[in-house]
Amino acid sequence: MMSQAQLDSILRRHGYSDANLLGILQDIQDRENWLPRNALENVATRLDVPITRIYRLATFFRSLSLEPRGKHVCVVCIGTTCHVRGAPKLVDRIELEMGIKAGETTKDMLFTLETVGCVGACAMGPLVVIDKKYHGNMTMDGLTRLVKGIKGTPVTAEEEE
Amino acid sequence: MQLPIRTHDQLLDAASEARKRKAPPEHVIYLCAGTGCRASGAMDLAGAMKAEIEAKGLGNRVLVKLTGCHGFCEKGPLVVHHPSGVFYQTLKPGDVKDILETTIDRGDVVERLLYRRPGTGEIVRLEKDIPFYANQKRIVFDLNGRIDPFDIDDYLAHGGYVALAKALATEPGKLLEEVKKANLRGRGGGGFPAGRKWEECRSAPAPEGIRYVICNADEGDPGAFMDRSVIEGNPHRVIEGMVIGAWTIGATDGYVYIRHEYPLAVETLAKAIEEARRYGLLGSDILGSSLSFDIRINRGGGAFVCGESTALMASIEGEVGEPRAKHIHTAVQGLYNRPTNLNNVETWANVPLIVERGAGWFTSIGTKGSSGTKIFSLVGKVANTGLVEVPMGISLRSLIYDVGGGILGGKEFKAVQTGGPSGGALPSSLLDLPVDFDSLTRAGSMMGSGGAIVMDEATCMVDVARYFTKFLEDESCGKCVTCREGLRQMGWILDDVCAGKGTRGQLELLGDLGEVVKEASLCALGGTAANPLLSTIKYFGEEYEEHIGEKVCRALVCKELIRYEILEDRCTACGICRKDCPTQAIAGAKKTVHVLDQAKCIKCGVCYDSCKYGSVSVASGSYRRVSEQIKFKLRPVKASA
Repeated sequence: MMSQAQLDSILRRHGYSDANLLGILQDIQDRENWLPRNALENVATRLDVPITRIYRLATFFRSLSLEPRGKHVCVVCIGTTCHVRGAPKLVDRIELEMGIKAGETTKDMLFTLETVGCVGACAMGPLVVIDKKYHGNMTMDGLTRLVKGIKGTPVTAEEEE
Repeated sequence: MQLPIRTHDQLLDAASEARKRKAPPEHVIYLCAGTGCRASGAMDLAGAMKAEIEAKGLGNRVLVKLTGCHGFCEKGPLVVHHPSGVFYQTLKPGDVKDILETTIDRGDVVERLLYRRPGTGEIVRLEKDIPFYANQKRIVFDLNGRIDPFDIDDYLAHGGYVALAKALATEPGKLLEEVKKANLRGRGGGGFPAGRKWEECRSAPAPEGIRYVICNADEGDPGAFMDRSVIEGNPHRVIEGMVIGAWTIGATDGYVYIRHEYPLAVETLAKAIEEARRYGLLGSDILGSSLSFDIRINRGGGAFVCGESTALMASIEGEVGEPRAKHIHTAVQGLYNRPTNLNNVETWANVPLIVERGAGWFTSIGTKGSSGTKIFSLVGKVANTGLVEVPMGISLRSLIYDVGGGILGGKEFKAVQTGGPSGGALPSSLLDLPVDFDSLTRAGSMMGSGGAIVMDEATCMVDVARYFTKFLEDESCGKCVTCREGLRQMGWILDDVCAGKGTRGQLELLGDLGEVVKEASLCALGGTAANPLLSTIKYFGEEYEEHIGEKVCRALVCKELIRYEILEDRCTACGICRKDCPTQAIAGAKKTVHVLDQAKCIKCGVCYDSCKYGSVSVASGSYRRVSEQIKFKLRPVKASA
């Protein structure tokens, strides 16, 4: 939970100006990993703006989340380059592995899967960003290993013989 | 040095002091620390290099300089050695010792780390001889890869802010004429002449005396990342361009609207702005002139539509990013209804060059209608992936084959998509098309921000059209019905076509929908949304025909139209695919040929990717491809019951 003082310091940094609402919401999300309702209500009161305006922003911008996100956030780049290099298969693979759809979080709050239009590292595509660390030239094998690593299940040996 | 800098002479003094302080030691190792190379481990390499230099006591002879993006992301992490110009690629921390011992101690090269020409394997020692660089003309990117973006002194030492000093000593009207004469056209997509926009903004009434300049760094076009690299590699050039713009236009405040997905660029720019303030290059009475101007950063929220000028301005005002009609230009009534001039990062970065070297120099590069250079992100199925700066008017063929080194893995070229979701896919018959604003538009595509995504035979053009349509459907702000609903309908029809459920009349319907979306939507997002669809129908109509008529996807991409199979005469029964298959659709055992149960198969392709013996095939109609054989030892087992 965010304290009043923490929220205050964010608002102060933005000069208590409603023109900076997007920046304020981004800063709250950077701290909390999502946008808790009580924080948004607090912002509305302090800046004297309708809560609907805040929700309008929060639902408009893709980077803002009104749902708590998992401990690990996995973002698959689905920009054009990553797309032609096989990103959709990677998304399918994680969805299958974790039993969630893109944009969802596992029930145990361990893992969130998101997609992004492009992170501008096209030469490395297909690319997956896990907890802000970039993993380029991703293969199905490598990804399975990364995801399974997070799940805590050891990767089984490759060869049977 | 006295700060802030107040006069032209003081600036020159500061520059010469910086040059002295920044005088390179005997050896400099320029290490690319752009986002791409960082993703491949550049920071580990830098750490190892610094530690080794310290351990060897080479500190006063060798400098490791972390620079912005060099462009050749494919080969990262990479370094260039000064003074020799030797280029080392795909480095690991383990290579550091070798480089220091061979190149620094003995003045020799580490051959195994050098670039090799694809095909011939011929070694290229120097950066400037590598075809990827040799065929470029780097004017905006000239200092990327040479200066430390976090150090303003380095920029000053390389002649930075001299153009600003020159501009501030020139009457704004004269500067405007110069920019107009240079015919600098907007690099962000539209290609509108910057000089004309500046003029309109400058002459627009501003009762409170407030005008704005904005730098659009909301590079949402998937597949383009030159703006990020310019900011990460040389942020001061962009700031300098904006200050010159502010002087010319009479602006008081500046904004940079930058994607939050670019954390390194935000950090670099924030540091640069702070330093520019400290040096008196931003703030009040800049360089002792009457100009007072400052810049602040706004981070975008991940909405593609915010690259549109009116949506971007709404977002800066703290509203959602919905565009408005532009009956009155933003140059007259933009941000907070005041005159606002918006240009893209690359456009701003060209401004200091034009002021310093003159419009004549600028128009001598490129073509008559499109002067200067353009940075492209050459990506997709091309051999040399990365950022390239080439003169306008270069042919697509030269861009893809000379600079790009041709298609990855020697495959067949199919198409190049320029202009991102607003552009179109161009076929091989148009490879000799000159790349400039007007030629691309005439061909049904556009320059856009400079994405050039190369596609080969394994790319399905119907799927590409669907991809862009879905992308835009997702990114549509929803204000105009045609864009919001039209794109959705187009997406559904393309889903049908990709699933083999398309019917003849749907192609025509798609075309009609595309035209309506184009005509009846307010902003450029909707206005160009049909381009990918219409251009692929125009140039790759036969693929649509195959999907609809024969239910076949020649690129073997569309899931519903393909079928995976295990080749029983080649299967080694190794068990990898069986274990990897997420739906347990593969039956078999040790020494028993594996069989794929089509009823259980979800066509995820895991078996195809994991097979190391070339034993899995994917087919659609008469088109077929077999998985790559990685190990050469083939041990087929006899099919047995």
